[in-house]
Amino acid sequence: MKALKHFLMSPAAMLGLVLLVVIVGLALFADVLYPRDPLGLAGRPLQWPNPAGRFLLGTDASGRDIAAQIAHGARTTLLMGIVSTLIAIAIGIVIGALAGFYGGLTDDVLMRLTEAFQTLPNFILLLVLVVVVGSNMTAVTIAIGVVSWPAVARLTRAEFLTLRNREFVQACRTLGLTNRWIIFREVLPNALAPIIVYGSVVMATAILLESALAFLDLSDPNIASWGNLIGQGRKVLRSEWYVSAIPGVAILLTILSVSLVGQGLNDALNPRLRNR
Amino acid sequence: MHILKLAGRRLLSSIPTLLILLAGLFILLQFAPGDTVDALMAQMGGGDPAQAAELRRFYGLEGSTAVRLLDYLWRLVRLDLGFSAIYNKPVATVILERLPATLMLMLSALSFAFFAGMLLGIVSAQRVNGWADTLISLLGLLFYATPSFWLGLMSIVVFSIWLAWLPPGGLYEIGSGATGIWLVLDIARHLIQPTITLALIFLAIYLRIMRASMLEVSTLDFVRTARAKGLTRGEIVRRHVLRNALLPMMTLIGLQAGTMLGGSVVIESVFSLPGIGRLAYESVVQRDLNTLLGIVFVSAVMVICVNFVVDLIYARLDPRMSAGA
Amino acid sequence: MSVPVFAPLVRIEDLSIALPRGADRPFAVEKLSLTLNAGEIVCVVGESGSGKSMTASALMGLLPPSLPVRSGRIMLGERDIVRLSEDELRAIRGPEIGMIFQEPMTALNPLRTAGDQIAEMFRAHTDLPRAEIEARALKLLDEVGIPEPASAYRAYPHELSGGQRQRVMIAMALALEPKILIADEPTTALDVTIQAQILELIRDIQRRTGMAVLFITHDFGVVAEIADRVMVMQHGKVVESGSAQAVLHDPQHPYTKALIAAVPSLMPPPPRALPDQTIATVRELSKTYRTGGGWFGRKQRVTYAVKSASISLPSQATLGIVGESGSGKSTLARCIVRLLDPDSGAIELGGVDFGGLAGEALRRQRHLVQMVFQDPHASLNPRRSVGDLVTQGLIARGTKRADAMARAKELFALVGLDPAATDRLPHEFSGGQRQRIGLARALALEPKVLVADEAVSALDVSVQAQVLKLLVELRDKLSLSMIFITHDLRVAAQICDRIAIMQRGEVVEHGITADIFAAPKHPYTRKLLSAVPGRAN
Repeated sequence: MKALKHFLMSPAAMLGLVLLVVIVGLALFADVLYPRDPLGLAGRPLQWPNPAGRFLLGTDASGRDIAAQIAHGARTTLLMGIVSTLIAIAIGIVIGALAGFYGGLTDDVLMRLTEAFQTLPNFILLLVLVVVVGSNMTAVTIAIGVVSWPAVARLTRAEFLTLRNREFVQACRTLGLTNRWIIFREVLPNALAPIIVYGSVVMATAILLESALAFLDLSDPNIASWGNLIGQGRKVLRSEWYVSAIPGVAILLTILSVSLVGQGLNDALNPRLRNR
Repeated sequence: MHILKLAGRRLLSSIPTLLILLAGLFILLQFAPGDTVDALMAQMGGGDPAQAAELRRFYGLEGSTAVRLLDYLWRLVRLDLGFSAIYNKPVATVILERLPATLMLMLSALSFAFFAGMLLGIVSAQRVNGWADTLISLLGLLFYATPSFWLGLMSIVVFSIWLAWLPPGGLYEIGSGATGIWLVLDIARHLIQPTITLALIFLAIYLRIMRASMLEVSTLDFVRTARAKGLTRGEIVRRHVLRNALLPMMTLIGLQAGTMLGGSVVIESVFSLPGIGRLAYESVVQRDLNTLLGIVFVSAVMVICVNFVVDLIYARLDPRMSAGA
Repeated sequence: MSVPVFAPLVRIEDLSIALPRGADRPFAVEKLSLTLNAGEIVCVVGESGSGKSMTASALMGLLPPSLPVRSGRIMLGERDIVRLSEDELRAIRGPEIGMIFQEPMTALNPLRTAGDQIAEMFRAHTDLPRAEIEARALKLLDEVGIPEPASAYRAYPHELSGGQRQRVMIAMALALEPKILIADEPTTALDVTIQAQILELIRDIQRRTGMAVLFITHDFGVVAEIADRVMVMQHGKVVESGSAQAVLHDPQHPYTKALIAAVPSLMPPPPRALPDQTIATVRELSKTYRTGGGWFGRKQRVTYAVKSASISLPSQATLGIVGESGSGKSTLARCIVRLLDPDSGAIELGGVDFGGLAGEALRRQRHLVQMVFQDPHASLNPRRSVGDLVTQGLIARGTKRADAMARAKELFALVGLDPAATDRLPHEFSGGQRQRIGLARALALEPKVLVADEAVSALDVSVQAQVLKLLVELRDKLSLSMIFITHDLRVAAQICDRIAIMQRGEVVEHGITADIFAAPKHPYTRKLLSAVPGRAN
C-alpha cells in the first residue's frame, strides 16, 4: 500500500503510466480507429502529415496511411514485447532459481549455459534463430524471448543465493518442508520484486530487438510494424524523412513509458533507495 | 602474473562452452529451410537437381548431420571456418576483410560510452537531486529509449543531408586516394556518426550504473572513516569512492560486450559500413549459413577477448580478486 | 583511582538531536550534558536506540542531515562544534579528535593498503615528505602491536585478521596525536580474546598519552574493564552518571540497576540432577569446506570447519557449545540439524541414526531436532503471518490447518505472546518477541532436541535476560533437551549443565559447567575465561 502510494506520488512514474495507458489504448482500439487494413493502399503516396487533411500523419511511399500503421503497430509492438518478456522471465526464473537454490553441480552447469548464451551477441543469435524458424510473428516473438533470458537468470540466481542462506529458509528446511514448497512459496515471493522491476528492462530490449529486426525486413512482412515502417522510409529519407521519423518517435515513447514505470516500481519497491 | 593466470584460466574455461554452443547452433541450422545451394541456384536463375547435388558435394553439404557436425568441429579446431558459396572465398577470408571496420566501431563506441557515461555518472552523483543530476538523468532516459538505427537515420537527415557536415555512410571516401594520416582522418570522420549512435544507449546504461554505484559506495562505512579522517569531499570521492564504484561498471562492460556487437549489425547496415555486422545480415538474406556460423564464432571470440581484458582490469582494481577470494 | 584535575577538553551542554518526523520519539538525544577531561576514559552505556552512537557522531560533526542538532553546544575549547563550518570541522577531525568504529572489516577501504590508509592521515593534514610519512606510519603500526609492521603496511584489509584491522584503525585515529579519541563500540564485532587485547591497547595508549577517550558500548563487562567514569543512557536521555566504581557497585537509577542485574553472572549455579539416559550422541563428526575447486586444475583448498568432534547430550540437559568465531560451533550445530551434510561421523537422536538419513527419509524425520536461529530479523519470512510460520511445519506433516492453528495459539501463550496475534506479520514484533516466535515454531514439532544457535546474541541485555529466563522455564516445564551454541561464557554459565569448548574445529574440553568454570584444564579454556570482560566484578 505504501509502495503504491509512493509510486503514485512520483511525477516521472505517473508520466510513464499515462503514456503507457495511451499506447495500450491505441493498441486496443486500433480496429475501431482504423478499421481498414493498415497495409492496404489508402491514397496518393508520400503525402506530408496534415492534421486537417485525410491523413493525420501522411502516407508512405506505397500510399499506406501512416497513422493506421502506427495504431496497428502499437498492437504488434506491445503484444510481441509483453509475450517475449514473459517467455524470457519464465525461462530466466526457472534456470536462475534452480541454479541459485541447489548450487553445486546444478549451478555450475546452468551458469555455464547462461554464460555461453551471453557470450553470443543477442542480435546475431536472434538472426540465426530467425533463419531457422522463419519470420512469422509467433516465431519471432519466441526467438526474442529465447535470446533475452540470461540476464533474468543471473538476477534470479543472485537473489536466490542470498535468500537460500537466510535463516528463515533454513528454518523451513529444518521443519521438513519440501524443496518445491521452499522454492515457490518461501523464496520466490521474496525474490520477485527485483525480477518484476527488471522485466521493464527486458521489455524495452525486446521492443528494440523486434523493431531492429523489422527495420532489416526480417520480421513478419504481413503485419503493421513500426520498425518495418522506419525501414520503408529509409528509401525516401532524403526528402520525405517524416516516414521514418514518426514510427521512431512511437518506439521512443513506448520504451520511455516502460522504463519510467519500471523505475517508479523500483523506487517504490526498494524503500532503501527511495531518497535517491 | 598471478592476475594473468587467473584471467587466463577463465579464458580457457570458456572454450568448451563455446564449442558446445556452436555445435548446438550447427545442428539447429540444419533445420533451416533452404541452404546455400538453394540460394545459389536461385541466384543463377534455377538449375537441374543433378547440378544441385554436385554443388552440395562441393560445399560439404551432404552426409548425415552427425558426420557433418564432427567435420565442422574438426575444421573449427584448425580455425577453418569453411567456404562461402556466395562470396566464393573461404569464410575466414571474408570475415577478416570485414573485421577491421567492426573492431574500430566497437572500440570507439565502447570507449566513448564508458568515459562519457562514467563522467556524467560522477557529476550526477555529486549533485544528486540537483538540476544537473535531473538534466543528466533525463538525457540518459532519452538515450536509453531511442532506437539506435532510427537515431542513425535522423542523424543522417540532419548532419549529412541538411547540414552536409558528415558523410552519410561508408568507411572512407571511395576514389579519393587518400593515404596515411589523411586516410585515418577520413575514416575517423566517417565513424563519428556510427560511433555516437551505437554508443548512446550504452552511455545511458553506464551513466545510470555509475551514478547508483557512486551513491551506494558513499553510504559505506569506510567513507564515514574517510570523513572522520578530515578528508575533503574531493579527496573522499577521488581516493575512496571512485575506484570502488568502478567495479560494477567493469562487470557490466563484460556482460554487455555481446549486446554492443549485436547492435553493430543494424548500425553497420544504416551507415553502409563494411563490417561483420552487416555481413551477418547479408548472409541471413542470402542463406549463406557457413558465413553466418563463422560470424557467430568470431563474434563470440571477440566477446570472450573483451571479457579477458575486463577481468585483467578488474583484478588490477580489486586486490581481493587476485587473492582468489 | 584518583583522576588528576585537568581543564575539560570537551563540554557538551544541553545537547538535543532531533529525530525525523514519524519516529517513535521526538529526539535521538535529549538535553545531554557531558564533560570530557584529559586523561580519563568515559563510557557511554546504553541499549540499542539509546542515542549513544548519535552522541559520538555529534562530537565529530558527522551527524547525517536527517538528524540535526536542535539545541545545545559542544564546546571544544573555545569553539562550538555544532556551529563550525565543514572546513573548520575537517581541520578538527584527525588532528584534534580521532575516531574508531565497530566494524573494522567495513571501516577500511578494501581496495587500498593499510599503510596507505594510515599515511593518508598525514597527507591530508601535514606537509611531511613521503619517506617521513612512511616511517611514521610504520612506527604507528608497531605501537599498536601489529606483528611485522612492514608487511602489514603493504597488506590489504582482507589480508588482515579482525583484530589487526582494528589495530590499523586505532593507528590511523592516533596518527596525528589527537587529544580526544572517540571509540564507537570498537570491540563489539571482535572475539572475546581479541576484545581483551584491544581494550588493553586502548587503555595502555590512553595512559601513555594522557588523551581523553569517549567509549561507546552496550556491554557492562567492558565498562568494568576500562571506564573511569560512566554515563548511562536510555531513550536519548542520561539516566545516571558518575565514577565507574559508583555506578557499577551502587547504581541509583532503576534502569541502571536492571541493566546490571541483567548481565549474567560468570558463576554457574550448582549442577542439576539429570536422568542417566543420553538423548543425542555425535561421534567423530567432521566437516570440511573446499574452496577454489574448478574444472581447470585450480588448486583446491580444504579447511576443516569441524574436525572429529564428539559430544553427547544427556536427556533433559542443556549442552553448551562455546567457542569464538571460526571455532566451528555453528557448523557443528548445522550438521546436527542436517542443514549441512557432514563428511564423516555419526549423529544419533533418540535411537534414530539421524546422520545416516537422506532425501525423503530425512525430510520425514526432521521433526526430531529443531533449531532456533540467531538473527531475529532474518529468521522469519517477512511475507508470512507469524501464525503461518508456526503452523507450516505441522501442516507439512499432515496436521489439519485448523488444528495446527489451535496448536499455534497454545504455543504463543506458552512462549509469552498474545495468542490473538497469530495473524500479524513479523515486522510488527520486536526482536525479543521474534525470538519467541522462532521458539514457538521450533517447539511446534515437539522435537527431541532443540538446538539454539546464538539465539540470544543479537538481543539487548535486558531482552536477552527475559528470553534466557523463558528458555529455562520451558526447559523445566517441557523436559527439553537442548544444545546451546554461544560465544558468551556468561550466558553459557547460567543456562548450560554441560559445556564443550571448541577451538579451530575441535572440541578441546568438555564436562560439567561448574567444574570447567572452577578448574579449566585446557590452556585455551583458561585463556577464554580470563578474557571475559568485567570478570572481577
